[in-house]
Amino acid sequence: MNPDSETEMLKGFTEQEYKYGFVTNIESDTLPPGLNEDVIKFISNKKEEPKWLTDWRLKAYKIWLKMKEPHWANIEYQPIDYQAISYFSAPKNAADGPKSLDEVDPELIETYNKLGIPLEEQEILAGVAVDAVFDSMSVATTFKDKLAEKGVIFCSFSEAVKEHPELIKKYMGSVVPQSDNFYAALNSAVFTDGSFCYIPPNTKCPMELSTYFRINEPNTGQFERTLIVADKGAYVSYLEGCTAPKRDENQLHAAVVELVALDDAEIKYSTVQNWYPGDKDGKGGIYNFVTKRGACRGKASKITWTQVETGSAITWKYPSCILQGDDSKGEFYSVALSALKQQADTGTKMIHLGKNTKSTIISKGISAAKGQNTYRGQVMINKSAEGARNYSQCDSLLIGDKCGAHTFPYLDVKNTKSHIEHEASTSKIGEDQMFYCKQRGISEEDAINLIVNGFCKEVFRELPMEFAVEAQRLLEVSLEGSVG
Amino acid sequence: MLKIENLHVSIGGNQILKGIDLEVKAGETHAIMGPNGSGKSTLAQVLAGHEEYEITDGKVEYLSKDLLEMEIEERACEGIFLAFQYPVELPGVNNTYFLKSALNAQRKYRGEKEIDAMEFIDLIGDKIKLLNLKDSLLKRPVNEGFSGGEKKRNEIFQMAVLEPKLALLDETDSGLDIDALRVVANGVNSMRNEERATILVTHYQRLLNYIVPDFVHVLVDGKIINSGDKNLALELEEKGYDRIVEEAKA
Repeated sequence: MNPDSETEMLKGFTEQEYKYGFVTNIESDTLPPGLNEDVIKFISNKKEEPKWLTDWRLKAYKIWLKMKEPHWANIEYQPIDYQAISYFSAPKNAADGPKSLDEVDPELIETYNKLGIPLEEQEILAGVAVDAVFDSMSVATTFKDKLAEKGVIFCSFSEAVKEHPELIKKYMGSVVPQSDNFYAALNSAVFTDGSFCYIPPNTKCPMELSTYFRINEPNTGQFERTLIVADKGAYVSYLEGCTAPKRDENQLHAAVVELVALDDAEIKYSTVQNWYPGDKDGKGGIYNFVTKRGACRGKASKITWTQVETGSAITWKYPSCILQGDDSKGEFYSVALSALKQQADTGTKMIHLGKNTKSTIISKGISAAKGQNTYRGQVMINKSAEGARNYSQCDSLLIGDKCGAHTFPYLDVKNTKSHIEHEASTSKIGEDQMFYCKQRGISEEDAINLIVNGFCKEVFRELPMEFAVEAQRLLEVSLEGSVG
Repeated sequence: MLKIENLHVSIGGNQILKGIDLEVKAGETHAIMGPNGSGKSTLAQVLAGHEEYEITDGKVEYLSKDLLEMEIEERACEGIFLAFQYPVELPGVNNTYFLKSALNAQRKYRGEKEIDAMEFIDLIGDKIKLLNLKDSLLKRPVNEGFSGGEKKRNEIFQMAVLEPKLALLDETDSGLDIDALRVVANGVNSMRNEERATILVTHYQRLLNYIVPDFVHVLVDGKIINSGDKNLALELEEKGYDRIVEEAKA
């Protein structure tokens, strides 16, 4: 950045601060609320980004300005004031957080205990200022060495911008362009950090990549960006999130995840999302508005999305696959639970472009208490996609009589030599099922867990073993008290 | 063990049981016979604690406790087992896992140590053979896609594993061919002992050729109109319910 524009930027900034009626030292790492070009330049500057990326962000911002916030989802929420959000804040000062677990909401601690999370991890999750360096730091270093041996790149997005700009330039925005949608445009303008992963040709990533062990790294914030590229013949399994309900001051989360699979490559992307859902009246939960999309760009490539969504006040996301390469495959396995007053509008898009492309959609929606659960999915078969096949199965399970389940499948078929199957079911946990379980001595809560786990089995078996066990336990904890 | 006095039960305002008196002691096997709609199955369901029914009068004592005050799962843990006339399907719930969960719930209630998967497999080995269950049935979801006979055998298999004190068999013979009936009866008989009581609810005498009861009661229109030994069942078979009813009235 040349000195002139920097001065310009600083000037813009000072004015901006006055506008809001308080003074902040520019040396400080936190921006006052509000969004304009200077804010974006400030973020880019703070992150020492090259000019092309600053320009990329600004372009996204200009696009965003012209877009309207979408309202077609089957969800309700108070309007979001985008000028009231602070778009850059450095990692929280240790002094701001609770001093010990004693200062943390006891309910949260109870949930941690139920999930069997070790004490030191609880402290980190709850934002307690921990002096000692987290043990996993050394573990993470070991992982890094092992990955480097295979040529696998796995680092923060910011680091990738510095170390591997050619890869970022080539692939960032190639699956989810800046103009894709309102939240993707916003993310493109203001994203703070995220993960980057590249698997070189004919390499099987030697371990499951997880953000879980990055837990000790600074908060990546509410506008996270992830990019995973599997080169020809590569394989990677990536796990996102963790089962512990993580508190976050930021209500709006608008992440972007892009996956690219080249010829014969395979990416498995698994998510367990358990952001704070808010209380039973729906107060205070996270709005999780995420754009996730994968491109099966090469021949016979494969992308699998598996998600277990139990958290957030509102979940609004459609992990999708663009099946470009001939014989490529897209899969979507989802369990979405809405309890308390949670709302979920989630599903997938399978866009068939290549010949003999296949897609599978298995969606399991569970509604309890006052939860509202919507499946929304689109299967598009392009004219070019001869021999394409899709199988969709959307099942809903209702627990109690104040919740709701909704299914909106959209089919768009432009090639007559293709094949689509769609199955859907809605069931309620029957009184006869409950009576049967209880008559064998099983309590109501355990009976519901048994039935719910049975219902979700097809999705759980797609998760890596350890994660599946955690996900099962998570559903149990999430459903507690939502019955009766 | 079980003492029913003047039990009146209704469902949706319809009086089904109109004053049942019955005493069952440990080691005894009672058969309750009656025409369709007489209230046989209702009696079994009420004893198991089904919440659809309203108890309008009477009391039931089980092991010196007020049975009607107990929750469904509490009754189960106290040793009451109902073999369902129509066993319920639990999609996705593994049959073996379900049974292990049930056994452990009951063990926990009794303050015993829960058993792990390996111990459980050892425990069920003989019982699988006894009831001639296919391995595949154990791995499938509970009752899902089972044939009628398989469902009934599975019920008795559960009973053999849970080892109840009081077994209620609701029309366990219905829908069974003769070979399956033998297998089921064999399973029930193998469990008869001095501490366990059994109540068989059945429409036909056929089952009683295989499981010979100590007492037979005839239930008609919500009342027990006649009680006797196993010969009463033969008499019923010969004369039919109508004549027995008439004789009882006379």
